[in-house]
Formats: sequence, C-alpha cells, structure tokens
Amino acid sequence: MSVDAATVKRIGRLARIRIEESEVAAYQSELNAILGFVEQLAEVNVEGVEPMTSVTPMVLRRRDDVISDGGYPEKIVSNAPLTEDNFFMVPKVIE
Amino acid sequence: MTDLTKLSLAEARKGLKAKSFTATELTGAYLAAIEKANPALNAYVAVTPEQALDMARASDAKLAAGQGGTLEGIPLGIKDLFGTKGVHTQAASHILDGFKPEYESTVTSNLWRDGAVMLGKLNMDEFAMGSSNETSYYGPVVSPFRAEGSNANLVPGGSSGGSAAAVSAWLCAGATATDTGGSIRQPAAFTGTVGIKPTYGRCSRWGVVAFASSLDQAGPIARTVEDAAIMMTSMSGFDPKDSTCVDLAVPDFAAAVERGVKGLTIGVPREYRMDGMPGEIEKLWSQGLEWLKAEGATVKDISLPHTKYALPAYYIVAPAEASSNLARYDGVKYGLRVSGKDITDMYELTRAAGFGREVKRRIMIGTYVLSAGYFDAYYVKAQKVRTLIKKDFEDAFNAGVDAILTPATPSAAFGVGDEALAADPVAMYLNDIFTVTVNMAGLPGIAVPAGKDAKGLPLGLQLIGKPFDEETLFAAGRVIEKAAGGDFAPKQWW
Repeated sequence: MSVDAATVKRIGRLARIRIEESEVAAYQSELNAILGFVEQLAEVNVEGVEPMTSVTPMVLRRRDDVISDGGYPEKIVSNAPLTEDNFFMVPKVIE
Repeated sequence: MTDLTKLSLAEARKGLKAKSFTATELTGAYLAAIEKANPALNAYVAVTPEQALDMARASDAKLAAGQGGTLEGIPLGIKDLFGTKGVHTQAASHILDGFKPEYESTVTSNLWRDGAVMLGKLNMDEFAMGSSNETSYYGPVVSPFRAEGSNANLVPGGSSGGSAAAVSAWLCAGATATDTGGSIRQPAAFTGTVGIKPTYGRCSRWGVVAFASSLDQAGPIARTVEDAAIMMTSMSGFDPKDSTCVDLAVPDFAAAVERGVKGLTIGVPREYRMDGMPGEIEKLWSQGLEWLKAEGATVKDISLPHTKYALPAYYIVAPAEASSNLARYDGVKYGLRVSGKDITDMYELTRAAGFGREVKRRIMIGTYVLSAGYFDAYYVKAQKVRTLIKKDFEDAFNAGVDAILTPATPSAAFGVGDEALAADPVAMYLNDIFTVTVNMAGLPGIAVPAGKDAKGLPLGLQLIGKPFDEETLFAAGRVIEKAAGGDFAPKQWW
C-alpha cells in the first residue's frame, strides 16, 4: 500500500498538523519508504495468533471508583499559554 | 587531589562515606566539568547548580550524621523526558516550551529518596524519537569519542544521547535514560558505557513523557556494570500510579554483579548474524562468547525465527502509540501556542511549528495505520507479529537458555549530519535492529562495552534476559566487562 498526495493531506488533517503544499511531496516519499519497509510483515503467517494486548502476563489492576486526587486547579493550569479563573482559554468554538 | 569526576559511582559512594570528600565538593567538581564541556558536547539542555548544591548540602548533613540513602550525595544527570518538579521538562521539543511540571516522576522521586543529587536535564532526541540525538530542538549532542586521527564530530547515539555522552565525558556519576526501541543500549554501546533497559513493568512510567507506552521503560546509563546495578535498584519498584508497573520485590541488583556465569546457558541466535555484518562486530560477538565460556557458561545455538519482523512491526506499533500519546500537545494545556483563525487552525499551526520533522513523520505514520480501513491490516497485524516475537524468546528460555548474547549495534558511532542516513529514514531505523526485539517482547537487555573498532571507537555487546531476571544480566555483563578489561574512556579534547 502506498499513499498519494491527497492522502498525505488527509493524514495531516487527521493528525492536526498543518502540511504546507511545498512539504507534501517530501512527506509522501518518506511515508511510502516507511510503509514499503513494513510491507514485509505480509509474509508472516499469523493465522490463529492472538494480537498482543499486554507484554507482561498481568491483569490490569483496578482501584475503587473514588476521587483520589485533585483540588488544585491552579496547578493544573499553571503551564497553560492562556488561562482565566483557572480555566484554559481557547479561541471561540461556538458562534 | 584526584579528579572527583573520574571516580565511578561506587567509588564516589565509598569516598563520601569515608568522608574523603563531601557531596558539595563532588557536586561542585561536576558542575565545573559541565560548564567547561557543555558548549562543545551539548549534553545538558538545563543545568540546575543551585538546586544541586542545596541537595548536596542536605546530603552532607546526613552523611556527617552517619545517615543517608544508597545514593546519598551522588550527582546524577536526568534525561529531559522525566518530569522534574519546577525544572525544565521538554522532551527536547519546541512544543513543550517553558514547561515546568508541578510534579516529580516516580523514578526521579525514588532517586531523590535515596539521596541522589540532580545536576540538570540531559539532551535527547525529540520525544525520544531518533538514534543519533540529532532530532533534538536543542541541536545534536556531540560524542566525547572521536575516531583516531580525526576531528570530525560523531553522534553519541540516541535517543538517550545526552545521558550517554554526559556519563562517558564525566559530566555526571550516572544518568537516567529511557528505551523504547534501543534508546538506552545503542547510545551506551556508542560511548563505551553500560546501559540497561529493565523488564517492562520494573520501573514506573508515571511522570515520564510518553512516547510508545507499551514499549517505554526507564533505566540507567553508567560507567560500570556495578554502577548501573546500584542505580537500577533505586529506580525500580512498584507504583500504583502506573497500571503496568509490576508489584514485585526489587532485588539488590548490585549483590548479583559478582555472581559469575558458571553453569549458565547462553543462547546465540542465528538470525542475528545479518547479511553484511561487519567483520569486527562478528569477531566481538565470538570473543564475548569465549569470555563467557571461560567463566563456566555453556553456549548454545538458538533460533528466534521472527527476528527480522521486529523492526517493521515496531514501526507500526510505536508510531501508532505515539500519535495517540502526542495528541495532547495542542497549544491549550502547556507549552507552545501558535494562534490561528479558529481552534482547528490553532491546533494545526501549533503542532506544525512545535514538532520537529521526525516527530511529525512518526505521528503521520501512526495516524495512517490507525485510520479507518487500515487498522486491521497494519496495527492488529503488527500486534500479532509481536506475539510471535515474544513466543520465540519464550521457546528459547523454556529450552534451558538463561540469557542471550548478541551485538548491541550493527556498527560503531557514525558522524553528525551523515547525509546517507538523513536521506533515508529507514536506514537510521536499522540502528535498532538488535535491540528492538527486546522491547517488543518486554524483556530486559543490557549493553556492555566489549571492544573497539579499527578506528578506536567503542563497540558493545547486548545480553537479553528472562522477564524480571536482570540479575543474570548484571552478572554476565560483569564477566564481559572484566574480560574486555579495556579502557573505554574517551580522550579528552573538549
């Protein structure tokens, strides 16, 4: 499988990364080089093989569904580029 | 007075305990060395002298009272991937500009609990994506090693290139590092240092900037096997804040270092004998096996049939997880923001400006393989191949193999700005060909300096162990370290 220029732009959109027109060709060739490399997995017979979900044989731990942390909104927003009253500020989303 | 920075971590610990020097003196010596070397090597992206000296003074008070932890007063460098409270934590990326976390990672907390001193944050490939430390927003790290008769700058490897260079150039007594596909072991091999990636789950990932969560593990880079073992003991341990961290007692790894390899069976996987493998790597490998045999180990040929599929499967699984993990960098919660005409525009412009090329490439691949219609063909297939890779190792261990010996890297360090590697992303990825299988199977792996190439550059061997049997790796690694007996210190030019 290989990607065309339109697909590169679509992936950029999905990944929320602006791809300039002048960059499309380079991305296309790099992505195709990587996809070409991973193509060799097609030779592997995986019939009846379970996909790995956990590399160590363990059951995911659970904890009680109670609040165990929090109460410091000023710390949560302390690194944000723009805040007001401990809220993150973003451009207007709903007109 | 002897140069305190040249002591091993274990020697420094003895000296501190015996009051031959103070933690403040030791820390001061490292800070002076960093100041002198960093303009040339670029190993540190942030130095924290005041904090370091405060911590050293606190250690001195404890040491004077005959108290203190296992790393009391030992100055360490911390990879920029670890969250350190109030201190530069940017994964060497532009997108995390100015980020200073309100929390401390579990691994670094463990080190401070045991008395270690933080010298600063170490350079790395951006978000740990790279094998040469050239993708850092802060520019490449330069290896303290140069080929004989050459002044050309070489890479220290990556992604933990700052960690490896700083340890090798005596800019810290030891360093934290992380390994997703080889990022501890490859730079250790390139710089004549010892690096271990423990079993997945041995160290908590909490507070460490995530790259590929099912593969990422923290570990130390140090100048000797013993030093690495001492650090590993402190870094390890159960943490309820990481659901994949294993609730298992942590052995005193340093106690296993001199255990020897008598009676052990060492596996030699035939699939690691790659076409076109340089003769000196092949020779190093045979030499390593001879050393282990001479100490009473048995060598056994084994087969790990899915070895060649590990790297392609990795380049599906790791970018897929990265594309998900890195979705959080959107210009809202922390770091860089580039304004746009609406919120989507802001996201796209922020991420285009904030991520470097290699990171964007991997997010794009990850997004593609997870997108509708391709998920089964790529991601699910890769995870099935991963099951087979793990089974290869299980079969070998079930057949009586205690550890596996392989080369650590396909070559010695290469030049900064290598054009052939820059032109072909896959060529750079091949650096991890011997190390990536270990991450895919969640196993522990150690790289130990074992020899030099024709130009005098260090070469490493890798030992792969059973899950949670790092002790055997330290013991076997020590046998190789002793037998190699080499001087793996760089000639100081900086």
